[in-house]
Amino acid sequence: MTTRIGVVTFPGSLDDRDTQRAIRIAGAEPVALWHKDKDLKQVDAVVLCGGFSYGDYLRAGAIARFSPVMEPLIEQAKAGLPVLGICNGFQILTEAHLLPGAMLGNDHLHFICRDQKLRVENADTSWTSDYDAGQEIHIPLKNMDGRYVADEYTLDELEAEGRVAFRYVDFNPNGSLRDIAGITNEAGNVVGLMPHPEHAVEPLIGTGRTDGLPFFTSILKKLVTA
Amino acid sequence: MARVVVDVMLKPEILDPQGQAVQRALPRLGFDGISDVRQGKRFELEVDGPVDDAALARIHDLAESFLANTVIEDFTVKVEEVAEASK
Repeated sequence: MTTRIGVVTFPGSLDDRDTQRAIRIAGAEPVALWHKDKDLKQVDAVVLCGGFSYGDYLRAGAIARFSPVMEPLIEQAKAGLPVLGICNGFQILTEAHLLPGAMLGNDHLHFICRDQKLRVENADTSWTSDYDAGQEIHIPLKNMDGRYVADEYTLDELEAEGRVAFRYVDFNPNGSLRDIAGITNEAGNVVGLMPHPEHAVEPLIGTGRTDGLPFFTSILKKLVTA
Repeated sequence: MARVVVDVMLKPEILDPQGQAVQRALPRLGFDGISDVRQGKRFELEVDGPVDDAALARIHDLAESFLANTVIEDFTVKVEEVAEASK
């Protein structure tokens, strides 16, 4: 049976098609989910993709967090459903309190778009098992509100539990505390990061590398062996 | 009709680059002696019916769960007198 991975489209989502494509290239079946859907169509995992849901009004991800589709998603994520939030999706996951901390405007106040070097700190999550811990990868980054913040206690806890999943290397593009680019929840099924792995799955486009593909093959492997 | 104002401010320990950008512009404009600027948000809610304790409690919940992200922001709720429109 084919693995079905849902991709939610909110008003203002931009990367839903790229994310569906990445899922297809990895060998799974992408399932389009609409923000007004009240159920998740029995998918095996969900990706919240990048973009500017609801125009980022109020705060990035704050309004999307209350979309109908988020109700079953929050419930099932807490029960173990693998969820990956990329960029705006990461912002939505923090607003939904599925991941700790919050995302704020970049410290330099500019939109930033670049190839970003990251270190995979945790290769034990549902979305990172096809990487090696400590591996360095290049994937594109593009955001306005990418500054990860949390209080010192939360940051210490994330570090102590190995829940900083990705860290910026050589250059901190947005003022994120402790160079944090992505984190995971305690169970390892919910992962959020600012850079965009879905834009680095084919050698012809983006960085010219396929460093983002293991995100989507990791979850496939995880679901097949589950 | 009554108006309830919710003011939302970044917590003091959170870096506010927007406020800093405004503050840095001040000397150029001839405003001296302002050592810090922080920028917040103000929501004006026009409320139907009386603003009693129950209504205020609901607005407090709204502010806490939606208008402010209490991970990074503090908020205050206050009722504002609305001048009666002359008819």
